Amino acid sequence: MRLRVLIGIAFLLALAFTPISCHEAKMHVGSKMFTESVILGEVATLIAKDAGESCLHYRQLGGTKLVYDALCAGEIDIYPEYTGTITEEIFSKRQVSGIAEMRQLLSADGIQMTDPLGFNNTYAIGIKKELADERGIESITDLTRHPDLRLGFSNEFMDRSDGWPSLQQHYALPQQDVKGMDHELAYRQLDEGIVDAIDVYVTDAKIRYYDLVLLTDDRDFFPVYDAVYLFRTDLDQRAPNVVQGLSRISGQISESDMKEMNGLVELHREVENRVAQRFLAERLGVQVEIEEQTTAARIWQHTVEHIDLVRQSLIAAILVAIPLGVLATRRPQVGQVILGIVGIIQTIPSLALLVILIAPVNKLGLSSVGGGSTTAVIALFLYSLLPIVRNTHAGLTGIPVSMTESAAALGLSPSARLRLVELPLASPTILAGIKTAAVINVGFATLGALIGAGGYGQPVLTGIRLNDTGLILQGAIPAALMALAMQGLFELIERRFVSQGLRIKSE
Amino acid sequence: MLTLQDVTKSFGSKQVLEPTNLSIDAGNTYVLIGPSGCGKSTLLRLMIGLVEPTNGTVEFQGETLRPERYETVRQRMGFVVQDGGLFPHLNGYDNVALMARYVGWTQQQIQARVEELASLTHLESDVLQRFPIQISGGQRQRVSLMRALMLDPDILLLDEPLGALDPMIRSELQTELREIFQSLKKTVVLVTHDMGEASYFGDVIVLIREGRIVQQGQVGDLIAKPAEPYVTKFIQAQRSLIDGEKS
Repeated sequence: MRLRVLIGIAFLLALAFTPISCHEAKMHVGSKMFTESVILGEVATLIAKDAGESCLHYRQLGGTKLVYDALCAGEIDIYPEYTGTITEEIFSKRQVSGIAEMRQLLSADGIQMTDPLGFNNTYAIGIKKELADERGIESITDLTRHPDLRLGFSNEFMDRSDGWPSLQQHYALPQQDVKGMDHELAYRQLDEGIVDAIDVYVTDAKIRYYDLVLLTDDRDFFPVYDAVYLFRTDLDQRAPNVVQGLSRISGQISESDMKEMNGLVELHREVENRVAQRFLAERLGVQVEIEEQTTAARIWQHTVEHIDLVRQSLIAAILVAIPLGVLATRRPQVGQVILGIVGIIQTIPSLALLVILIAPVNKLGLSSVGGGSTTAVIALFLYSLLPIVRNTHAGLTGIPVSMTESAAALGLSPSARLRLVELPLASPTILAGIKTAAVINVGFATLGALIGAGGYGQPVLTGIRLNDTGLILQGAIPAALMALAMQGLFELIERRFVSQGLRIKSE
Repeated sequence: MLTLQDVTKSFGSKQVLEPTNLSIDAGNTYVLIGPSGCGKSTLLRLMIGLVEPTNGTVEFQGETLRPERYETVRQRMGFVVQDGGLFPHLNGYDNVALMARYVGWTQQQIQARVEELASLTHLESDVLQRFPIQISGGQRQRVSLMRALMLDPDILLLDEPLGALDPMIRSELQTELREIFQSLKKTVVLVTHDMGEASYFGDVIVLIREGRIVQQGQVGDLIAKPAEPYVTKFIQAQRSLIDGEKS
């Protein structure tokens, strides 16, 4: 019996941690969750390939903090950034003046910066042309005369030191109705008349598409956002020709080039790597082959990645949560603490949890970003604990006294009572908890995309970014099917593991 | 066989058992009787270590009961509770065989012992293949008794074993139980609140009231020489029910 338990655990561990997918690449490029960043990420990836390096692009990662930390940790080697973001966000706690100081601060983190790529993608406030004409709004100062306007800003803009709070102060803006939302959704909300003004990047292709007027920054609030590449200093030794390749792009991408490339992707549905490839060929005469992937192959890849995240995190959660639930039952005071902690974990927003986890995961020498990301697995593992711990606890405390008493009176040791009587009696409740965790886990695993681990979250994120429902469904439908499959799988497991005596009603 | 010396039990500030001395001699059947909440079940649980004494000691076969020895000692005791206490996830056979497997008997030994006990308790063998929820209350008590007897214990402790059964089955099982006790010549301690059942089984009747042993002795002693008026009152309260039916 004891042997069977050990064999069971060993089997689960093997099931959880046998590697199934391994895309090995020597170098990794990162990009943030907007089209321009992804295109520039593709450009860098193609440059690296042209320099003869195997290179993988982790697209649309969760945010500046996450990407920069990943770069410092060596999880990625290159990513496109803007000087304004470096001064206002990455080093927001210091007053950085000038490029030289910026380079100095970066180099302290082991990071270098290329020269500007050639365009300034600063923030601007955009409103619909009709509204601008109707009310005669041309500059941000003009907004002060229209306190009734509803503002919808990207979540990042709401929080940044050069974002809404300082903008409001700088111009003494009176608007009260200010909402934070996803940048891509903001355009749609503006178009549908739900909000009147949004923040935009001046190279957004959608500015023209939605016929927006950009208000003049008449009191010079927004800093300069020159596009650059950040890369790890050690790249100089590891891949000098990639660094050289990157430097060749400096000064080559104008504002209109970038607008056009953004437009090709967002409005004409071209794939980012095609756009990047064409740019390199036409502008720099660099010819790079790109690998095509069929839709079926892509869905399959996402399925494998998704299963990989789910199985590792779920099985680890089962192996940890059941003992925790037992401990919580045996030591009620410790139990309150355990139940409290796993409950609190559940309330941490996923992106925050990922960012918190990157540094410690990296210190342990595990992969924090990218395929099979340990960070994503740990986050999912933590989210899966609550239902299992809670149900194990509930299942065990719900056992009638006559049962626990009979088991003790027979002369079974406490561990034998647990194994032979208490856990089997609690098994329907515990399995229900595992089932809940599994279904939640499949849904939450879409967060893996925020950190480059792929999965069904990848097409969902891309779909949101490009306002492409088809792509969103490419992730959402398989995820829903997988959740259903999970449900079915656990019904089968229930039949196998829960005693018939607990499942049948009296005859 | 089993002695309680100056044993008391309190739950929090409430004393449920006053200082109690009781000696259970081998081969006899003792019945602990008294009204609900008098402490008779607590007394039974003290004997098997399910309840630990606040003061005093419980000795079993010359050995003081201590938590670290509970498992070994309990394996020499059989315990049956009111609803049988069968584990619903195991079928009858597995319930009965559980402890024998745990202590490492062979399949053949187990098989032989189960057959022996099934015939002793008059249980049809196919009942053992079913789960507790699929069998009747009487069958459950038989299986429970088999489980308690499996390791051939030196003493059998039963907490209102027939309390949840309807009268016909109850009476039938009473007859059988007494035959079994007599044939096995085991020491038995049985808890009940039914005076008829007590006098039917008991070599010695221990009457308990509010955590105190009022009197112990044969049923005749209790009727003829009551230690205090309560004894008579208790016996008559139970008898009057039967009298009422007769008249």
